[in-house]
Amino acid sequence: MKRLLGLILVAIVVVGFVLPEPVRMPDWEQPTGGPALARRLTAVEYDNTLKTVFGAEVPIVLRHEAPLRSHGLIAAGTSEVGFSAFSAEQYYVSAQAVAEWARSSGWLASHFGCIEQTSGFDRACAQVVSQKLGQQLIRRPLAAAEVEQLSGIAERAGNLDSDIGTPWHALLSSLMMHPEFLWRVESIGDPIDSSVAWVDDAAMATRLAFFLTAAPPDAALMQAAQRGALRDPQLRAAEVDRLINAPTLRQAVRVFFEDMLALGDLENLLKDPVIYPAFVPQVAFDAKEQTLKTIEEHVLDLRSDYRDLFTTQAAWVTRPLGVVYRMPVPTRVGWERQEFSDQSHRLGIQSHIAFLASYAHPGRSSATLRGAAIREVFLCQEVPDPPADVNFALLQETGNHVLPTARDRLKRHREDPSCMGCHAITDPVGLSLENFDGAGSFRTSENNAPIDTSGSLDGRSYEDPTGLAYALRNHPETPRCLVEKMYRYAAGRDTEWLERAYLDGLVDVFADSGYQVVALMSAIANSDQFYSVWTQPRVVQAH
Amino acid sequence: MAITRRSALKGMFQGAAVTVSLPFLETFAIPALASTPANYPLRFGTWIWGCGFIPEKWIPQATGTEFELPEHLRHVQAFQQKMALLSGFDVKLDGVPNKPHVTGCLGLRTGIPVPNREVVAPTLDVLIGDQIGSDTRFRSLELSASGTTNSYSYRAASSPNPSEISLLAFYDRVFGDGFQDPNAGHFAPRATDLVQQSVLSQVSESRRDLMRRVSASDRARLEEYYDGLRQLEQQIALRLEPPAPVENFEFPSRPEMPELGAEMDTVLENHRLMSKLLARAVQANQTRIFNMLLSDTASNLRERGSTTTHHTLTHEEPVDATLGYQPKVGWFADQSMIGLRDFLQALDEIEEGEGTLLDHSVVLAHSDCSIAKSHAVEGIPVIVAGSGSGRIKTGQHIAGYGDPISRIGLTLQQAMGLPTGQWGTLAMRTDRTIEALIG
Repeated sequence: MKRLLGLILVAIVVVGFVLPEPVRMPDWEQPTGGPALARRLTAVEYDNTLKTVFGAEVPIVLRHEAPLRSHGLIAAGTSEVGFSAFSAEQYYVSAQAVAEWARSSGWLASHFGCIEQTSGFDRACAQVVSQKLGQQLIRRPLAAAEVEQLSGIAERAGNLDSDIGTPWHALLSSLMMHPEFLWRVESIGDPIDSSVAWVDDAAMATRLAFFLTAAPPDAALMQAAQRGALRDPQLRAAEVDRLINAPTLRQAVRVFFEDMLALGDLENLLKDPVIYPAFVPQVAFDAKEQTLKTIEEHVLDLRSDYRDLFTTQAAWVTRPLGVVYRMPVPTRVGWERQEFSDQSHRLGIQSHIAFLASYAHPGRSSATLRGAAIREVFLCQEVPDPPADVNFALLQETGNHVLPTARDRLKRHREDPSCMGCHAITDPVGLSLENFDGAGSFRTSENNAPIDTSGSLDGRSYEDPTGLAYALRNHPETPRCLVEKMYRYAAGRDTEWLERAYLDGLVDVFADSGYQVVALMSAIANSDQFYSVWTQPRVVQAH
Repeated sequence: MAITRRSALKGMFQGAAVTVSLPFLETFAIPALASTPANYPLRFGTWIWGCGFIPEKWIPQATGTEFELPEHLRHVQAFQQKMALLSGFDVKLDGVPNKPHVTGCLGLRTGIPVPNREVVAPTLDVLIGDQIGSDTRFRSLELSASGTTNSYSYRAASSPNPSEISLLAFYDRVFGDGFQDPNAGHFAPRATDLVQQSVLSQVSESRRDLMRRVSASDRARLEEYYDGLRQLEQQIALRLEPPAPVENFEFPSRPEMPELGAEMDTVLENHRLMSKLLARAVQANQTRIFNMLLSDTASNLRERGSTTTHHTLTHEEPVDATLGYQPKVGWFADQSMIGLRDFLQALDEIEEGEGTLLDHSVVLAHSDCSIAKSHAVEGIPVIVAGSGSGRIKTGQHIAGYGDPISRIGLTLQQAMGLPTGQWGTLAMRTDRTIEALIG
């Protein structure tokens, strides 16, 4: 026995020498940093900034180009996206429109008394305007030299054109074309330890504000940041609470889920009017709003369990939606709140038109697209591209009655060795939604053959869309995926290797809250990690 | 102090805007304008259709100058002497995974096959644009007729030049505010332009300080922003000078909004209208570089009333045993050549001296793959149309016999005056000009 113990001891010592030192993950609350970023404003952030600074009347004329979606989110693409000549043109057009409006509508004069009181250009007044509007648009206090430069721009403009409004037009134009208005350029602030620092105070406020309000920091937050309050957990918590309880949280939640579910793509969704005559353009618009209204009610008004979004039967509907859903909607114009009946087989936001029609073809459904979307959007699983040299010879077209249903046709894929890997991942999930056609209407047959909606999701088998709804709701990756996406959204990038412990911690907090989305947002906004950056650039190591 | 046109114009701004009358073709008369092609700007454009072709319906049996156009090319019969067909040139993958509909298209346009959309920019059109088109109002103009804003024109990997999908938005952008009618006969510089030039110049001065604060990768992205500012400055500078008169230019009226959709007939009509507007924009020297997308590389086109897109059909339609190809896919390939005809016609019906706008342009028309069913990037069909004022030898069919397709890109760069000796990477690296294509 002693000999055996001795051998074990020797083995442990030897193995101890041979095995590399295990990587120690930090405590989840200990900040590990990340890169300081230059994030380009999203379309929503740009528009909301204009509305916040100038009010609801400001003209929004910017034609945004298609965003870059990275790791499933437009927000994560903002730290990777470049800048085309087209963008420069469009920002310029918008800058001119806003500057002209601010001058001609009297907005400038009504907000800056010194403009109204002077008959010509007044440099002191230009300094006041530069300081205030600069701080709001660039999201940080301006240095004296910057104020001087902006005032100089206004003065030079006045010298070139005698129109009394020209200096102010020039001043606003220059601010709206300023790189730090169009980009959220972050600087490194005070150190936390030898390798990790706070992002600077202004950037902390910007991170927090865009995350919890989808808009730039207000004056109170900017002032708190300048006092260093966001580096103090208690003072920061007070600001987080203030923003969490502000009406702007509704906007923030909508923007996040619109990004996560790619609901913006519905604006360009076209269906064949011959095949789906009920899918008029208003349906696409209302479908997006329906899903967002459902999420708003569930997450904010009821503070319900996030996972129940996949089984909810809440039905916000309009008449155009009612035609596709084939349910009566007495309200002639506008929204009404109903419940989807048990017979409708509609449980969860994945049974909404927004999801079903988006992940389908213009003239038919797609079990593959829907299955892939369930995995990628809600479970954060990656579905590989199809191989380039796949042989489709066995697959037939939709009108062929030899293989009347999608299940029959896709079965051929799953039997082909080069296809079966991916289709085994997507199809058992997507086929459970085949009860819904390419527009989202319920059906029980395709080409006169009954549709079989049985399927399975990662070991859980079911018979119909209801079964899929519960399998998705109870999938262990469902809440974790939301945590990952929410943090990527907030951080504007993919997660880092060393952030695994942090994410685990967030998952626990989320679970402890009963999977309340607002609690998750609060946890991120209160964490040091959200505001920490590396002191030196590192090779980015994706999670 | 030398009195330049610029300083003279600045001198006019002693107060409000002034109007400077410029007698048409007197002040800025170009005596040789109508006689030699050398006086017309050289233009370069690309034209893309998705999902390849049916080889037996597209590749002429003979090479050289004596050949008959196969069935699908009958639509462009009128342009046979104004174009060169190139068949049998391959994107050489050299171990790079083939991302369907992406690797072939970007490999052709950059000489570097990539396994995803992380294109190794810039693309060919941008390279050529920097040589021949940097002093126009727009660096380039991109259009897409089938509703997708995708583009295969990249200055940098993360910033494609997005395609306009709206005919009206394109019209307003080019012919709306900021457009100077070259034949208006009078010139009215605006004081506001001088002001804005000063503003943008000041904004650009932030560059040095900002670049010091950001990482190397962010520096490259911000450099694109400053590059965009430079184009804006140039646009304004152009507005401060009288535009050169343009013969035969007719200011286009604002079009009606056409029907939108991905049905083939709708797309062809939208494309025809877009081509005409684009040709007017090019004629009026708004740009020298243009990129038109008839259909995206994973084509979303449909036959009206059909449940299935062109792209899906390439996957799912059975090969007809008698024909030896997918008949419905063949229909889209055939229809796509009607689109090419309309595009070339729009350029060719604008007369410039003794030739046409097409004669003074080089258009690289290509798809993303050869046989879409297998996503093959070998033998991607290519047409080079327009001789570029004699730089390209047209009226011929050249077979590549499996040569790297980067030879086409290299040859076009050289024809357009770039000092490029070799182009591409790995098996696509080539220094072999296609001599037969050089005029």
